[in-house]
Amino acid sequence: MAIKPAEIKKLASLSRLVVDDKTITDVTDRLSSVLALVDQLQSAQTESIDVSRPFHIAQRLREDEITESNKIDELQATAPEIYNGFFAVPKMID
Amino acid sequence: MHNFTLAELINGLRSNKFSSVELTQHFLNRIKELNGDYNAIITTTASQALESAISADQRLANGNAPEMCGIPILHKDIFCTNGVRTSCGSKMLDNFIPPYNATVVENFENDGAVMLGKTNMDEFAMGSSNETSFYGPVHNPWALDCVPGGSSGGSAAAISARLAPGATATDTGGSIRQPAALCGISGLKPTYGRVSRWGMIAFASSLDQAGPMARTAEDCAILLNAMASFDEKDSTSVNEPIPNYRSKLDNPINGLKIGIPREYFSEGLHSGTEQAVRNSLVELQNLGAKLIDIKLPSSHLSVPAYYVIAPAEASANLSRFDGVKYGYRCKEPKDLEDLYRRSRSEGFGEEVQRRIMIGTYCLSAGYYDAYYGKAQQVRKLIQQDFSDAFKSVDLIMGPTCPSPAFKFGAKGNDPVAMYLEDIYTIATNLAGLPGMSIPCGQVDGKPVGLQIIGNYFNEERILNVAHQFQQSTDWHNHMPSELA
Amino acid sequence: MSWETVIGLEVHVQLATKTKIFSGSSTRFGASPNTQACAIDLAMPGTLPVLNKQAVNYAIMFGLAIDAEIEQKSVFERKNYFYPDLPKGYQTTQLEKPIVGPGRVVIPLADGTTKAIRIHHAHLEEDAGKSIHDGDIPIGVSGVDLNRAGTPLIEIVSEPDMRSSDEAVAFAKKLHSIVTSIGICDGEMSQGSMRFDVNVSVRPSGSSALGIRTETKNLNSFKFMEEAIQLEVDRQIDLIEDGGKVTQETRLYNGDTKISKPMRSKEEANDYRYFPCPDLLPVIVSDQTLDELRSSLPELPDARKSRFTQQYLLSDYDAEILASDTSNAEFFESVAEKTKNPKLAANWVMGDLTARLNMENKNISNSPVSSSQLAGLILRISDNTISSKMAKQVFDAIWLGEGNADEIIEARGLKQLSDSGSLEKIVTEVIEANPAMVTDYVNSDESKRKKKMGGFMGQIMKASRGQANPQQVNQILLEKLNELI
Repeated sequence: MAIKPAEIKKLASLSRLVVDDKTITDVTDRLSSVLALVDQLQSAQTESIDVSRPFHIAQRLREDEITESNKIDELQATAPEIYNGFFAVPKMID
Repeated sequence: MHNFTLAELINGLRSNKFSSVELTQHFLNRIKELNGDYNAIITTTASQALESAISADQRLANGNAPEMCGIPILHKDIFCTNGVRTSCGSKMLDNFIPPYNATVVENFENDGAVMLGKTNMDEFAMGSSNETSFYGPVHNPWALDCVPGGSSGGSAAAISARLAPGATATDTGGSIRQPAALCGISGLKPTYGRVSRWGMIAFASSLDQAGPMARTAEDCAILLNAMASFDEKDSTSVNEPIPNYRSKLDNPINGLKIGIPREYFSEGLHSGTEQAVRNSLVELQNLGAKLIDIKLPSSHLSVPAYYVIAPAEASANLSRFDGVKYGYRCKEPKDLEDLYRRSRSEGFGEEVQRRIMIGTYCLSAGYYDAYYGKAQQVRKLIQQDFSDAFKSVDLIMGPTCPSPAFKFGAKGNDPVAMYLEDIYTIATNLAGLPGMSIPCGQVDGKPVGLQIIGNYFNEERILNVAHQFQQSTDWHNHMPSELA
Repeated sequence: MSWETVIGLEVHVQLATKTKIFSGSSTRFGASPNTQACAIDLAMPGTLPVLNKQAVNYAIMFGLAIDAEIEQKSVFERKNYFYPDLPKGYQTTQLEKPIVGPGRVVIPLADGTTKAIRIHHAHLEEDAGKSIHDGDIPIGVSGVDLNRAGTPLIEIVSEPDMRSSDEAVAFAKKLHSIVTSIGICDGEMSQGSMRFDVNVSVRPSGSSALGIRTETKNLNSFKFMEEAIQLEVDRQIDLIEDGGKVTQETRLYNGDTKISKPMRSKEEANDYRYFPCPDLLPVIVSDQTLDELRSSLPELPDARKSRFTQQYLLSDYDAEILASDTSNAEFFESVAEKTKNPKLAANWVMGDLTARLNMENKNISNSPVSSSQLAGLILRISDNTISSKMAKQVFDAIWLGEGNADEIIEARGLKQLSDSGSLEKIVTEVIEANPAMVTDYVNSDESKRKKKMGGFMGQIMKASRGQANPQQVNQILLEKLNELI
């Protein structure tokens, strides 16, 4: 399926990535080439195929017991920006 | 010392031929001296390694130490290591130091193994040539102008160059087996769920599986013994009994039924590679195995299905890298959107961004059924192919990849050319089956890999046959000429 | 033109588990920022979710309580969007196969009848973190606290079956009553334990087509919900009557300023790209688990209500109120059993006690007046030791911790005068002291005499310092006055 530069912009926006005007043609070409590859799927006969994993039957359940303790210092050690224990980001709008 | 296999090193430590400290220092020296040529290792943990070696020697002296105690190994930089930078080959995590260990790392640590450092890899394990690493490409010890394969190219090259006797790696579409083949070593991708994924940075969660790399099948068995565990922290970890993978290595293989899928010997396969693989099949026949032609009729759909499912899962798995909690953040973001978009675009390389966008596309409104839904159904067809085949054969064999190591940049502009590198390995990931690559010949002085695929949880059988093959051949002992 | 309002609710209920849905971090409310967010909650690389059994059980219990079908193989999916309070960049939730299928909740209406509101489904999911925009954070910066991230929620989605804000509030209250009665939620609205998204549309009365709806998100009190609905209904009607059209949008209501406005974030970006979470497997619920949970369910509010009307002969209205909250109901039953006077018990629990608790922002579980103390007080009313008026004074004293009813009555000398000798003496004294009133009484018509007695009563009560038993005084006074006619 051929993909258009406008769709690339939309994908970049959904993925929170930058695609600038200089590279958009390249990106579009390469993505189109990958999509041409995956479009081979459309030839497969897959009616009435139930999708499931081969031997993973059921989710295991964990007992409701506290196993974690406060490790804020270790966990925030490489955080980009912290104020008073909060992860800081440019002000959000609602 | 570096020419000993891991099994020999275990014996050496126990017979006091050398201590773990001596062994560790030897490999650290070797890494210092040679890693510059290969760029196989991103981070070396020398002082930590020597400390572990001291404890290991103590433990060995006390007796009853686990097999891996005192053995130096390398971890792929996709496994979180407590207090040691874990980059996943990405600028995004160049400054990331996890405060926890991956279960795989923990298992080795508990056994007293010595971590020498962290190996280079394709960024977020997305690649088949190691060219996408933020830390630069890894050079294949057999030909420095060639790729080592990927994504576990660092681990494979390090083993091949004798920088360590064993290493951990991961395989999502061939990332253990293909670099093992290109670097002339042995590498095993176990059954999905056999080795815990906890602390292993996710690429495509339903396909990712960790496994060992070493020079021999026996060494892989030793490493797998340490790696494999049932892990409550990983919901997809399977609670199946774990055998001692060494115990059946010596079983004879006469009567073994080997399925040869005609689809794995199709156009695109390098004639030299094909010849090497066919020769090794004859060798196995000589050992008493029977070759049986089989069909895996949905094989041609495995690459397309993979390039929907893997990017789709990756697109979600990589959303957590947003510049908020850890990892790279762009300079002076002007608002939240800018922070997200620039942190991710500057922090991720081109291939990672491409796969995120492909995955996003395949999951987006209006395309889900045609891509993701369809790919999941095709995945089921592929599983069905294998389960049909395993009704009549014990193992399936073929080439690991279509050709030997290629030159840097050879698959340049078209991502699809690179994706086809994994054409023979991807199906086992989609099915969740175990698969292994062992050296089986050479083309133009570059190694060729034989792929051995087993049924679920049949790693023991794969290792047995691989070991028997290595008992009667010496491809696994060949060394890059530069090192010899 | 007359308009009909159509309302559907999405209700987020925080489950009262000790730990998060996918990690062993505590869910306790009010901790310092990010001190209850472990590596899993922060979506640190390589971390993986493991599902909390209690969260699953609580969701199933809710389904059983509303007579819903339980999906015995439910599936978690990833809902993808970027927001700083969503650490993984996706929310793990359920879409195609939610654990609770269609069910129904019966609500009381103002006219005394009831109405069934259909539940479309309820699913399990994880809560997001919280952000602050001022206070402990510099200007131009938002602070993200991920303590709440991963708290288990069920999202209950109703059909658009409500036709007024009253019905919506009654529905919300009934859900509150159910989830607290079965113990799956603490019901603390002020801490965000229940949050409501209301979908509102209007249509011409008699029309069957649905109008364009708006969704007002994240209302955390019944009052704000009611206000937000009223405001939105008025806004939509005004808009349409002025020739405009309602835009489908998400709105926010500010309960302090009483203003609602559309959210500023772009709607076009909402392509959530749901897909089954590969880190989690299908949640299988066995028949045995279902049976066990069914038999472990406590009495539900509706069953309790009908028991109260039969066992204690309460009115539907009283029974509804008392039965809706388990703590209230237990308190009432304890008082009723101890006093054998359910009517007075009901009046006191719903009346003075509730009023005082509300006034002082307390609830029944930390009431300063225990059920035994209230029962002690009611016993003294029933046996005429004190008057109802005195009882209020005693109640206040118990509230302030001065002791039990008997101790306070004794200490303050509040015992009602009931012995007829002393009462007769006071009555006789008052009659003798007021000859003019006696003449007036005697000369009045039969019909007016009853009213004239009031004057004597007042003086008698004053002379007894309020302690005379009014019924007895009334009887003695009537006899004495009639003797004079």
